[in-house]
Amino acid sequence: MAEATETLEKQKKQSEPLFGKKNRRLISDPLNDNNPITVQVLGICSALAITVKMYPALVMSLSVLFVMGAGNVIVSLMRNLIPNRIRIIVQLVVVASLVILVDQVLKAFVYDVSKELSVFVGLIITNCIIMGRFEAFALTNKPWKSFLDGVGNAFGYAWILLAVAFFRELLGSGTVFGLQIIPDSWYLDAGGFYSDNGLMLLPPMALITVGVIIWVQRAKNSKLIEED
Amino acid sequence: MNANSNSYTFIFAAALVVVVAAILSFTAVSLDERQDANVRKEKMQSILASIKVDVSREEAGKAFDAHIKDQVVLRNGEKVSGTKAFNISMAKQVSKPIEERKAPLYVAEKDNQTYYIIPLRGKGLWGPIWGYISLKSDGKTVYGAVFDHKSETPGLGAEINTNEFQAQFPQKAVFGNNGDFTGIKVTKKPAKGPHQVDGISGGTITSNGVQKMITDCVAAYKSFLKTDKGSYADNSNLPNESELAIAE
Repeated sequence: MAEATETLEKQKKQSEPLFGKKNRRLISDPLNDNNPITVQVLGICSALAITVKMYPALVMSLSVLFVMGAGNVIVSLMRNLIPNRIRIIVQLVVVASLVILVDQVLKAFVYDVSKELSVFVGLIITNCIIMGRFEAFALTNKPWKSFLDGVGNAFGYAWILLAVAFFRELLGSGTVFGLQIIPDSWYLDAGGFYSDNGLMLLPPMALITVGVIIWVQRAKNSKLIEED
Repeated sequence: MNANSNSYTFIFAAALVVVVAAILSFTAVSLDERQDANVRKEKMQSILASIKVDVSREEAGKAFDAHIKDQVVLRNGEKVSGTKAFNISMAKQVSKPIEERKAPLYVAEKDNQTYYIIPLRGKGLWGPIWGYISLKSDGKTVYGAVFDHKSETPGLGAEINTNEFQAQFPQKAVFGNNGDFTGIKVTKKPAKGPHQVDGISGGTITSNGVQKMITDCVAAYKSFLKTDKGSYADNSNLPNESELAIAE
């Protein structure tokens, strides 16, 4: 009898569709309820450093997306082979090699962006979100689920990064993706009333912008409201 | 094999490292050419920027060939053959005494005027700074200058790569009227005369670095610029006395 239920369960597991409800949650959860930046407060340093402009933030997001997706799959594929005692080092090797790959590709194909991101690409290695997902998820789950989890968390990271970059670039430089949004005639130089806020370009405003996003999110999302 | 035994751990680690090393070295080698081309084109762009030729990275190679008529390597003012000026690493050369340096020089032509482009390299506050300075055919008056830096403080020392700072250099002179080498001073006080430019408030160490870099690097070309200028000498467009008087 017990055997029968086991096989039944197994069948159930196998027949779970690729984008079933559970799997969809792996992607949607990190976007809001369990966002790596605003809820888990991980990966803050890169959120502060490369959000002055939209374009570098986008490239950073894509790089993290690749490293997280591929890294989670690789770690998940190796999960039964990795000796428990050196698992952190193995995870580090995986993430470091993927980051070097990204760095090399950026240098070869989008040189300007790679110059702008400079050390921050290398710092993806130290992005706590990645190691966190390897350790917490990929080591105990199958490749497809791990892939979804990695992609989901990368998206969660990306949208915060892009949102912060949007406000910082718009208010700090008057542009979005390098395109001018604030008309020239508004500026004080041209006799207008407007001036870019230089403070937006400095790291403290990134922290404050992230803080405002967290504030709004916590106010809207009832799951995140803490009882006291 | 027991996944927790020592030998398994060692074998696993060794195998992992070998596989990763193979993948990474393969990528590095196969992308090397492209990356190198990017670095070279960027260098061409900055060399051209010093004679006020703005080109995109894609067109840098063509424009470079069109404008740079000759590349010379000097040691103690004498031409040295055997090395290409473009391939010389300034970082290595500036650490040597001036007499032993291989000094690369680019001879450029734009609108029928000859310019001498001198590569610069020095130290800022946090890391290296570098640039190119172009002199008019009199070997003395600055035509244009570009600077860049690795890690100077944004808003302070990092301002050396802005137009505002670089625009001060044209029409300045690296030799005095009596022919003495002066370099260009980057001063805290308002700049006066043809041998001074304004420094950057709050970026004193970087400003001093720029001054030292110009003096140090251009000094290696002193005798070349003052005397023969090789076969490129062309006295037709020397500034006349009245122009110099205004500059002083």
